[in-house]
Amino acid sequence: MALFSSLSERLNHIFSKLTKRGRLTELEIRQAMREVRIALLEADVNLKVAKNFIAEVSEKAVGQQVLASLNPAQQVIKIVNEELIALMGPGNVKLEVSSRLPTVIMMCGLQGAGKTTMCAKLAVQLKKQGKKPLLAACDIYRPAAIDQLKVVGAKAGAEMFEKGTQDPVKTAKQAVEYARKMGFDTVVIDTAGRLHIDEKLMQELENITKEVDVTEILLTVDSMTGQDAVNVAEAFNNRLSITGVILTKLDGDTRGGACLSIKAVTGKPIKFIGVGEKLTDLEPFYPDRMASRILGMGDVLTLIEKAQEAVTEQQAKELERKMRENSFTLTDYLMQFEALKKMGGAGALMNMLPGMGGKLKLREGDFDEKKIERIRAIILSMTRKERDNPQIINSSRKRRIALGSGTTIQDINQLLKQFEQTKQFMKQMKGGKGKRLPF
Amino acid sequence: MGFFGKIRDALKKTKESVSQKMRQLFLKNKIGDAFYDELEEILISADVSVRTAEEVVEQVKEEAIGNKIKDEGFVVDLLKDILEDTLNEAPMPEIKYPCVIMLVGVNGVGKTTTIGKIASWFVKNKKSVTVAAADTFRAAAIDQLNVWADRAKVRIVKHEEGSDPSAVVFDAVSSAKARGTDVLLIDTAGRLHVKENLMNELRKMDRVVEREYPEAHFYKFLVLDATTGQNAYTQARVFKEAVDLDGIVLTKLDGTAKGGFVFSLCGELRIPVVFAGVGEKIEDLEWFDAEQFVEGFF
Repeated sequence: MALFSSLSERLNHIFSKLTKRGRLTELEIRQAMREVRIALLEADVNLKVAKNFIAEVSEKAVGQQVLASLNPAQQVIKIVNEELIALMGPGNVKLEVSSRLPTVIMMCGLQGAGKTTMCAKLAVQLKKQGKKPLLAACDIYRPAAIDQLKVVGAKAGAEMFEKGTQDPVKTAKQAVEYARKMGFDTVVIDTAGRLHIDEKLMQELENITKEVDVTEILLTVDSMTGQDAVNVAEAFNNRLSITGVILTKLDGDTRGGACLSIKAVTGKPIKFIGVGEKLTDLEPFYPDRMASRILGMGDVLTLIEKAQEAVTEQQAKELERKMRENSFTLTDYLMQFEALKKMGGAGALMNMLPGMGGKLKLREGDFDEKKIERIRAIILSMTRKERDNPQIINSSRKRRIALGSGTTIQDINQLLKQFEQTKQFMKQMKGGKGKRLPF
Repeated sequence: MGFFGKIRDALKKTKESVSQKMRQLFLKNKIGDAFYDELEEILISADVSVRTAEEVVEQVKEEAIGNKIKDEGFVVDLLKDILEDTLNEAPMPEIKYPCVIMLVGVNGVGKTTTIGKIASWFVKNKKSVTVAAADTFRAAAIDQLNVWADRAKVRIVKHEEGSDPSAVVFDAVSSAKARGTDVLLIDTAGRLHVKENLMNELRKMDRVVEREYPEAHFYKFLVLDATTGQNAYTQARVFKEAVDLDGIVLTKLDGTAKGGFVFSLCGELRIPVVFAGVGEKIEDLEWFDAEQFVEGFF
């Protein structure tokens, strides 16, 4: 997606400017946050929500220590990402069950959000949990809405209760009575799509909640919704005090910033996401996935995460010291390979790093598992002295190492040559404008 | 709860229309950088894309400075004119008969309802209309269109649910040709633009009309929900690549969303807005008017 590359480019621009170590300064935060703000707005996060979020996070970020394995901009984004996850969480919130059966779930939302389809998806989910759901058709306005619920209900293997176009409040009440009598443990009420400013129809929903003991009121929202999501969510929540949110149509390519807006104004959990047209395409909500989707920095985030996992801060510091002093040894070389392996190979890593692609001439296969194993064996067959000073490795030592590691002398020559090249490369990096290895 | 509390308060305080925001802006600021920054934000909060908002405000700024304009009222008029010009960058198509109009779009934007409204609009303009139920995928979509066809008093061509939509299009074209119908309206299933197989299905319907009815004027309109955010741009771009769009129908304008993304669609993609849906009744559809839209936008 074009958006992603431009974002990566912009970040790359910051990376190149901000290479200082130590604590995050206000200037660094401001520069990185400018990009984050645009990323959030382009993802449809509400302007007010985005501004407040950035103000809060900036405050938290001032003075934080920059991890050795990251640069300041990456560090800022790491904080942003963590805050986003915290705000949108917790994930995987289950549906409440009423102590007095049946549990009643009422759907609500704007027209075209996907309520009717979602009713059937919920029915499938409930049946999987061994429940017996009844679908109640309370959309009496949209032509053929009842037929639609009947068809998708049948596909889900759930019975539907309908009373034609009679008052939906009455139908809801009768559906619950019917469920109680017939042994259904859950009733899912499908309601008509309505505008949050439509007084008459909002009153109708309120009346249902007065007449029926509703356990869950789920606001169904199209994940492609823009700035208006806050108005919609706020109106429904103020009026009905919703218990949760369902985001639909996340199988598209929307960044889904509406999710953050809704969570920010309602504080209610996102219980499910719809990810396809099949009735089984319903998933629990994962705040971390949503955060990286909204930021649109999946590539950078993955890198940050992996760099963190692969090398401890201590190791990174040590490595950098050695680069500085040019005392990089074969032991360090091996450590680096192992870190790379954890990160999913050097190729993947270089692609994730904005602006790094192509700078290092790495051949495909340089880092395959077998090769790393062989390098490991060779280095471990050396004496400590040989690892620290490879220049002492003469041909008789090479023969011994080859024998010990089950390799050939050519393999050892190749390794030593690569090691020298890496050292050269590091020297260049050091000489260049303070560019650091990403690990 | 600090964070949530603050935002909720902030929103409560500022939940207002664009025009109210503008008024406040003028009360607060003299024309200057802060003024323009806020102008940009007002546009963004109506779903105008960040890029378009920046460009438009930059233009306003240049002209205002060039003409030494200091009066806020002038600046607003200038902004309105620039926005209107942006909309007019994509010329409206002239409808010629006989014609075929195919509505496309993602799920839930209001295609079927819009078909009913457009049918009624043409009937009011004394044209004969046939509708084709080519959404054979969504449960009860055919029944829904049938109700609208009855309300608009027009003929409907339909097959069974689950049948091949291209076959419905083929039959509808034959029928329209045979009867000399002025307008054939084709309802298609909602499809997310990222689903390649569904986009191919759409291309096939497009080809059937091109091949079977070359003498008709063929218009393809993308239906967009005004509540949508920045994804509208991607939708328009991808649908345009697939079937070469002639226009946009902007629905659900009776809510609180403004549909500010249309400025990028007209300005950058050169797709004009042709109809606007403004309510749930059959007559709640209007031929798009750029000036009125911009006026209503504020």
